Formats: sequence, C-alpha cells, structure tokens
Amino acid sequence: MKHHLILRVITKLLVGPIMLFAFYVQFHGDYSPGGGFQAGVIMAVGIIIYGIVFDMEHAKKVLPAWFVHKMLAFGVLLYTFTGVISFFRGKNFLDYSALSPHSAIHGQHYGILIIELGVGITVSGVMIAIYYAFGSRTSEINDAEW
Amino acid sequence: MQNLNFLFDIISWTLLLAGSFFIIIGSFGIYRFPEFWSRLQASSVIDSLGLYLILLGLGVQSGFTFVTVKLIIIGLFLFLTGPTSTHALANAAFISGLRPEEKLETN
Repeated sequence: MKHHLILRVITKLLVGPIMLFAFYVQFHGDYSPGGGFQAGVIMAVGIIIYGIVFDMEHAKKVLPAWFVHKMLAFGVLLYTFTGVISFFRGKNFLDYSALSPHSAIHGQHYGILIIELGVGITVSGVMIAIYYAFGSRTSEINDAEW
Repeated sequence: MQNLNFLFDIISWTLLLAGSFFIIIGSFGIYRFPEFWSRLQASSVIDSLGLYLILLGLGVQSGFTFVTVKLIIIGLFLFLTGPTSTHALANAAFISGLRPEEKLETN
C-alpha cells in the first residue's frame, strides 16, 4: 500500500479520534444518543480502517483473531452474568436495582453501564471478526498493480 | 434581545437554505451528468459548500453552547474525510483505467 500516501496520513490522524469518539458514545449512551451498539461499530471501524489502509496483518498484531473471538464471547457473558447476579440478590433477571444494595438508582446506572459495555465489546468483536473473515480472502487487485 | 434573536434566525436560516440549495444542485449534478469525472466534480459541490453552510447555519442557530463545539468537531472531521474519500474514489477510477473523454471537437 505504498501508493496511498494521502489515505495513510489521514488514517493515522483519524484512528485515534475515532476510538475516542467510540468511548464517548459508549459512556454517554445513557445521556445522549448512543450506546453499546453504535460504540461497538465505531470502535470496530477504527480497527477496520487501520487494517484496510495499512495491512490486515498489522491490525491482527493489535487484535489477533483468537482475541477477537474471545471478545465476542466475553461481551455476551458479561451481559448474561450481570443478569444472573440479580438472581443471587433475589430479584428478577436483569433487574439492575439489585446491583447496588443501598440505592436502586445507582444500581440502575451501574447496570446500564455494564450491559452496554458487554454489548459494545460483542458488537465490535463481531464487526472485526467479519472483516477478518472477508479480508483474509486473496484480493483481486494486488498491491503492485496500484 | 428579541430583535437579536430574530437576526440570528434570519442568518441561520439563510445559511441553511443556501446549504440545502447547494446540496440539491450537487445531487442533480450527480444524477444528470454523463460520466464519472463530471459526477465527481458535482459531488464536490456538496462536500465543499453544502455541508459547511448547513453546519454553519446550525451553529448560528444553537448559539454558544456545547452543541456548537460538537458541530465544529464534525466540520473538522468532514474537512479531513471529504477530500480524502473523493481522492480515493478518483484514484481508484484512474488506476483502473478510466480516463476523461476528450471529444468536443470544435468545427
């Protein structure tokens, strides 16, 4: 990819802010538009754009494929176990108010944050895994032809 | 104060309408122009004028708030990504062998 000088410079400039924006969307999801799904996709876009413009091998050094698959499962587990914790506190499944013994409102807040974190991790994992799966095919135009 | 608000409303709506006008022109250009390169040129009207006029109009409408800061950040983002995407598109078309047609013979 030596050919794409402009794309490489702009990508280097933008990958950091994109990830920062993903965290903003993630943790402000309960106050402003956003949440786990959007943040996960934006975070995945940060990795995917890096993988497209540089090489997918470099992206795989940051997030190996086995790690992405673990991420994908970990988010769902985080979601489920947050729900299961409520069982042990004597409440319904995913009743967030069980998470904080003193104040139900705090419990709701923690619950939303943890659940959205799980959703975000899973969504970004799925997006990156799909990109790895499709991107691993051999390309029709190789780099020398650019 | 009432008059000042009215003035801001006039300014922002003028900017918004001008931005919408340029976006409509750009869309017509993309749809009606005959081949790739002129369509690309029409789309740059949207990139360069339409979006910024709309962002400016929204900024005037919202005043000095956090929303304006967000709009400025969006503007910076578009300032970087718009030309880059156009460059990538044009570059890919050029590499894969598409050239501007040189007809237009003058009699």
